[in-house]
Amino acid sequence: MPPVLDVQDLTTNYLTLSGWVRAAEGVSFKVEPGEALGLAGESGCGKTTIALSLIKLLPRGGVIRKGKILFEGLDLVPLKDNEMRKIRWKGIASVFQGAMNAFNPVFKIGDQIVEAIQTHEKDVDKKSAMARAGNLFKMVGLEPERVDNYPHEFSGGMRQRALIAMALATNPKLLIADEPGTALDVIVQAQTLQLMRELKDKLDLSMIMISHDLSIIAETCEKVAIMYAGRVVEYGDADSIFNEPLHPYTQGLIKAFPSVKGPRVRLSSIPGQPPDLLNPPPACRFNPRCPYVMDVCKKIDPPLTMSGKGDHLVACHLYD
Amino acid sequence: MSEDSLVQVENLKKHFPLKKGFLSTVFSGEKETVKAVDGISFHVGKGEILGLAGESGSGKTTTGRLLLGLEKATEGSIVFEGKDLEGLSARELRSLRREMQIIFQDPFESLDPRMTVKEIIAEPLRVQRIARNEEELEERVKDSLKEVEVVPPEEFLFRFPHELSGGQRQRVAVARAFVLGPKFVVADEPVSMLDVSIRAEILNLMLNLVQKRGSSFIYITHDVALAKHICDRVAIMYLGKIMESGESEAVIGTPLHPYTSALVAAVPVPDPKYKRSNVISGEIPSPVYPPPGCRFHTRCPYAHERCMEEEPRLVEVEKDHYVACHLYS
Repeated sequence: MPPVLDVQDLTTNYLTLSGWVRAAEGVSFKVEPGEALGLAGESGCGKTTIALSLIKLLPRGGVIRKGKILFEGLDLVPLKDNEMRKIRWKGIASVFQGAMNAFNPVFKIGDQIVEAIQTHEKDVDKKSAMARAGNLFKMVGLEPERVDNYPHEFSGGMRQRALIAMALATNPKLLIADEPGTALDVIVQAQTLQLMRELKDKLDLSMIMISHDLSIIAETCEKVAIMYAGRVVEYGDADSIFNEPLHPYTQGLIKAFPSVKGPRVRLSSIPGQPPDLLNPPPACRFNPRCPYVMDVCKKIDPPLTMSGKGDHLVACHLYD
Repeated sequence: MSEDSLVQVENLKKHFPLKKGFLSTVFSGEKETVKAVDGISFHVGKGEILGLAGESGSGKTTTGRLLLGLEKATEGSIVFEGKDLEGLSARELRSLRREMQIIFQDPFESLDPRMTVKEIIAEPLRVQRIARNEEELEERVKDSLKEVEVVPPEEFLFRFPHELSGGQRQRVAVARAFVLGPKFVVADEPVSMLDVSIRAEILNLMLNLVQKRGSSFIYITHDVALAKHICDRVAIMYLGKIMESGESEAVIGTPLHPYTSALVAAVPVPDPKYKRSNVISGEIPSPVYPPPGCRFHTRCPYAHERCMEEEPRLVEVEKDHYVACHLYS
């Protein structure tokens, strides 16, 4: 089967008064049917920019300057707004962070889901749309009668579930989840992640999970792309990335998350801070913080290539 | 009270009155309150790092603010070096403030945007009239900037907070908290707004200063994984009560209370092979009407009749490991 999503050499920049902010450059990845891909990295690494590029909802100044986004073989980059509207929700649905504020406070949640269904499927009448909303509620573990509630009658965790139900209302092929559960408490976050895993298995969904928390990615995704300063620096199976991280940045990032299971240790960190993307460092963007930096790292940009271990790709001169 | 404890807290309570409409106050007559902290006792040893961990709404931040006298307790006592905070005059409290400091969560909001780095760090020195003259003041500020590795200090003295990165801002906040050499520091989620890769650096910096000065440190967090690695002892809070306390490795490594177990089980583990056991359902109830008996009984998988009626006391189950649960009493 061909991949659901095939992103090739995607470059999205923001035009500001001081010049182009290179938020994402030369990003390539694939999402196979029924597979979850995790995009991981710190704030400012370009992961949300990628998500917004995929559904072409970039904020003002954001421009896709290069590359292709092949969704079921169709390139989304040249599509006009009205054509894109057919792809969003029916093709690619998204759950963004901040579930607290995603619903309109003055309409019943059920009505908001019905509106989403009817906007995208013109031939569905209100009654069957409402029935579908009830079924969706059951699927995400909410009582179907509660479609008549207003958002303020729901707790944070319930709103997050309702939001997931709404995203799935039109049977999308691909679900983008940007930092799901970040604003929620640990236990509610764990409930949300468990729900997403169940739904993925049940509906055979393809998913892109965006998070700064590697543990969340480890629990939910089969494939992982680690991003740093607008680039993918490592890409491969979750197992091989977590057990055998190759890029010095990935190694540092994994060490920065102490496991609750392990013995008490002193925390380790990556010295320095992420670069300013108006003037990123030359060649490898990680070179000012890298413990293994060599001369070549400041001159030649390392391409994302095979490391010799299966499909595990890494962009680092240590593996030339 | 043990010999070497710096802060001793007994039956501390803080109830915030709930704002209601005029008419409902007149007719119902009773006052509703948010029971943010509802009867907790603990102590902090000299040079000890104590973690207060729990979900939002558990009362951990209010506890931190009460300890520093930033909030007035409804009931109970806080004894700092043998002095009860309650009976102190404003003047005595001010001299005591020299010994107790706080680091807030968000360095973007805790620093005055119109003050330079120098002014921010110099302010406590001025208030406490520590430095004799401007030169000495500047030297003290430079030294403390060096200590938090904001170097070279000359380059940062006259910058404003907006000219610093998030990590640098939190370093400045740490410098300000430690400049007076306090005996007691409360840090309220000091790294949760920072990027993952720089979190550990700021935490290690704080821990080094705590060790160097021999200060006692309270670390308030929702992240039990971090608490385990940073703290000597932890107290797990739920709806204004302490559910379990003891050495961090024991409490988080082998939790006894069902709530602590649930909290630890919910933490995502950075290992794709790890399969999580079932997560408990439900969310933290309202602190206006906390459940009767054990506050956790509405979500507890082991709840029985007694839990709904009788509130469990915090008892020592193993050496220095306290649990408030009927399963152990």
